[in-house]
Amino acid sequence: MNDDDSKQATLAYALRLGDDSLVLGQRISEWVSNAPFLEEDIACGNVALDYIGRARLYYGYAAELAADGRDEDDFAYLRSAREFRNYLIYELPRGDFAFTQVRQLLVDLFNTGYLAALAGSRDATLAAIAAKAIKETRYHLRRSREWVLRLGDGTGESHRRTQKALDDLWGYTHELFEPDALELRLAAAGTGVDTAALKPEWKRALAAVLNEATLSLPADDWAVRGGRTGYHTENLGHLLTQLQSIHRAYPGCRW
Amino acid sequence: MNRAYIDRCRRREQSALPALWDLLDRVRDPEIPVLSIWDLGVLHDVAEEQGRVVVTITPTYSGCPAMETIRSDIEQVLGEAGVGPLEIRTRLAPAWSSAWISPEGCARLREYGIAPPEQCAADADGLTPDAGVLCPRCGSADSRRVSEFGSTACKALFRCNACGEPFDYFKTI
Ligand SMILES: [Zn+2]
Repeated sequence: MNDDDSKQATLAYALRLGDDSLVLGQRISEWVSNAPFLEEDIACGNVALDYIGRARLYYGYAAELAADGRDEDDFAYLRSAREFRNYLIYELPRGDFAFTQVRQLLVDLFNTGYLAALAGSRDATLAAIAAKAIKETRYHLRRSREWVLRLGDGTGESHRRTQKALDDLWGYTHELFEPDALELRLAAAGTGVDTAALKPEWKRALAAVLNEATLSLPADDWAVRGGRTGYHTENLGHLLTQLQSIHRAYPGCRW
Repeated sequence: MNRAYIDRCRRREQSALPALWDLLDRVRDPEIPVLSIWDLGVLHDVAEEQGRVVVTITPTYSGCPAMETIRSDIEQVLGEAGVGPLEIRTRLAPAWSSAWISPEGCARLREYGIAPPEQCAADADGLTPDAGVLCPRCGSADSRRVSEFGSTACKALFRCNACGEPFDYFKTI
């Protein structure tokens, strides 16, 4: 890889991570003023902000690498759904509270391994963002784990809904651990993370929580893929329509 | 006393621009105005590079909206004092830690009604504990965590079992 190739690859990689963070941050923020009680409402706002903050850091770095006048707002607000490269699991509608917390547990466990690995990246900026973000993710994980325990091992109704959320989400977890050529290239160069290597520990940690929560690990009998190639569910378009509407209606507007 | 704080004190003491560090003590956390950016550990360095004043700051939380205000307050305070040209640089590594808050800052937080992040009050993972934080009102250690997340990114919510009052705890991170 020559310098320019490697720069373009890192730019694409930073955008993927920015897209993951932005889309999930937007989804979580939908709970603000709708969460089951006040403290939880505030928690959702806090976690959403952490993700939006991450998106800004990744997009800011992407803008620096692109060096073509585009800034973080251009990446967040002026790209279409096909240009977004987030994993599909992040764009799924928030569902009920069990769905939101099960998704959070799945991705918090994923990010715990991912960010720890990325913190050792040879790319100093990616390493610094990851070292910062992992501290926040440890807090997120503590909360999502507690919620899944409480809901899974709760009433018949909460158990049923939590197991259903897990079953409905399961097919979207596979692509998290299927790095494409770009990701493998960057992992080999010591810049990126080979997510396939994270799967055994992720599954082990997840099984431990599910066991305590009296939930069962679903069977691997279906999978949906496409986020990293830009083939999304219809939900991303709806999410972006809302997220981007003000910026597109009033280009360049500031608070 | 933690290493990062000692290093920061040394940079300030040995700085060629002591008056600017003093001026920047006027820049406060907009959400916790008893803390200056120095107390908070956000102000990393003030130096001169090729005729420009470079102020380096370390953000607290990735999405903390206070950072925007802090940047513009730095510009305002130094601008009004005729300092320039100015560059504000953000430094991500090493990541900000609540252990960077100055001892004076911790005392002011307690006085203000927010329990400071003391070393003794972290659990085994180095995160906010679920009990045992000293109540800033009555001093009792008989408290419990109500929520991991509080009114701002940097705070958790506790309740004191002795005096019955809820209080904010400056999160250990
Ligand atoms: Zn008390």
